[in-house]
Amino acid sequence: MNQEDARLAVEAAIGKVAPDVEPGDLDGTARLRQDLELDSLDFLRLVEVIAESTGVDIPEADYPAVATVGGLVEYLAGHG
Amino acid sequence: MPSLGADMEHGKVVEWLVKPGDYVHKGDLVAAVDTDKTVMDIESFEDGVVAEFLVDIGDTVQVGTPIARITATPAELPPPPPPQPPLTSGSIFPDARSPLTAKEETPAHPGAAGGHPEPGAKVPPPVRHLAHTLGVDVGRLSGSGAGGEVTRADVERAAAASGTWAPEPAKAPEAHRVRSSPLARRLAAELGVDLPAVTGTGPGGAVTEEDVLAAVPPRGRPAREPGADKPAEAPPSEARPPAPAQATEPGNAKENVPPAAPRQERAAAASKAESLRQAIGALMSRSKKEIPHYYLATTLDLAAAMAWMQAANQQRPVTARLVPSALLLKATALAAKEVPDMNGFFTRGAFQPSNAVHLGVAVALRHGGIVAPAVHDADTLTLDELMEQLRGLVSRARAGRLQRAEMADPTITVTNLGDLGVESVYGVIYPPQVAMVGFGKVIEQPWAHNGMLGIRHAATATLSADHRVSDGLRGGRFLARIDELLQTPEDL
Repeated sequence: MNQEDARLAVEAAIGKVAPDVEPGDLDGTARLRQDLELDSLDFLRLVEVIAESTGVDIPEADYPAVATVGGLVEYLAGHG
Repeated sequence: MPSLGADMEHGKVVEWLVKPGDYVHKGDLVAAVDTDKTVMDIESFEDGVVAEFLVDIGDTVQVGTPIARITATPAELPPPPPPQPPLTSGSIFPDARSPLTAKEETPAHPGAAGGHPEPGAKVPPPVRHLAHTLGVDVGRLSGSGAGGEVTRADVERAAAASGTWAPEPAKAPEAHRVRSSPLARRLAAELGVDLPAVTGTGPGGAVTEEDVLAAVPPRGRPAREPGADKPAEAPPSEARPPAPAQATEPGNAKENVPPAAPRQERAAAASKAESLRQAIGALMSRSKKEIPHYYLATTLDLAAAMAWMQAANQQRPVTARLVPSALLLKATALAAKEVPDMNGFFTRGAFQPSNAVHLGVAVALRHGGIVAPAVHDADTLTLDELMEQLRGLVSRARAGRLQRAEMADPTITVTNLGDLGVESVYGVIYPPQVAMVGFGKVIEQPWAHNGMLGIRHAATATLSADHRVSDGLRGGRFLARIDELLQTPEDL
């Protein structure tokens, strides 16, 4: 998956899990927990939605690598 | 209007889930009620037939106000109508004397064929079903159909006479009942739009608010834009769509409308957040005024719990993974069961411990504010069940639609703010509960153990409890018990 596809997949998934997050807030450095206020259940749902839409299953051990929007995009681009 | 929480004073009926004439059992959902906090589905407290609604959709009434009349069924039936001569019934129901019907009846009621109806002797299944729906006791009816057969008309007449059901004229609109959202119905009523005449574009042909707006004649539309109900708080520029030149052309009406919907939703959400904030403020003020809180904190050793959870999650697909909160909640529920002074209600000057543990979970809403619905009997659920309920509860809370029981009866509440980064949280007790447990962030920290220094997962657990019911010794035991339970996560 290229960067652009990964980015679209991440935006779509966040839009689904937290519909009230403004698309403008989704820059690469935005932290999912602190900045977008996703709690652990939201985060789990996000991982689930991404697995459905892209087939990339992010194991729990890799959670620290996907703590930001940019990290998540990189991860998908690298694994998809 | 039932009380949906200790702090609730009034509620607004936003949707009826039944209609007059419906038979309801105790526990069936009958209406959706909007409180300051959320929209909740409420259930019937009686068996019977919905006779009439006593409040309209959109009405706000005090707790305790009757909102619908439910009649107990067969006992209230008037004496059955006098049997009609067979000849008359023959003319009303020409089909009834067809050879086929007559033949069917013959074996069951040999006497009936001779034109001497036996009252209430025979009820065809569809009619029996109708009678059940309307709460009519067919045994007490005398049939006016062929051979004394109880007909639809007999049942309907009996139901109408008992006031549980209005016959044809009232039923007519029902026949082409239009699927529509409550908001669409309210809008339609305000704007004078004839709902059945509107073509629905929603799921299953349901009429949406856009459809209603599109059906308003162009010159009628501007009148409602500032809106009768909500948009008063919103600046006009927010509530009103940009007024384009073609607004007067009916063909374009639909295209002009959609921009209004998200804005209105946002304005509604803002006013909702405002009223929720007021409700929380009032409740928390009351708590701090009435409840002598005491506060304790301890550090939970989560090494075993986190190691167990991570190993378990490795074997699981993402849909079945656990989060640390599930373990913390389960341990809290078990501890609350063992230390009853933390679990129950303080009302009318006395503490009533609860046998069941209904664990309230504080859920932060995205537009601001919190609600704390309950996971029922949390101590008896497996971790997977708890996890599933937690996910459902949080998503329903965020969607703004909970059930009455979920809001009304938590016996102890947990706030898990650590999920969003803080290390400790000292909650304010939700009256009439007597304890609030707070969990901070799960972090790795240096940990001395048996003379050695290592790194472990840990979190700060806090307790705010009611001094009228317990004191620090008991509270400390409760927190210590949570920690102990977390040392054997496989048993949770």
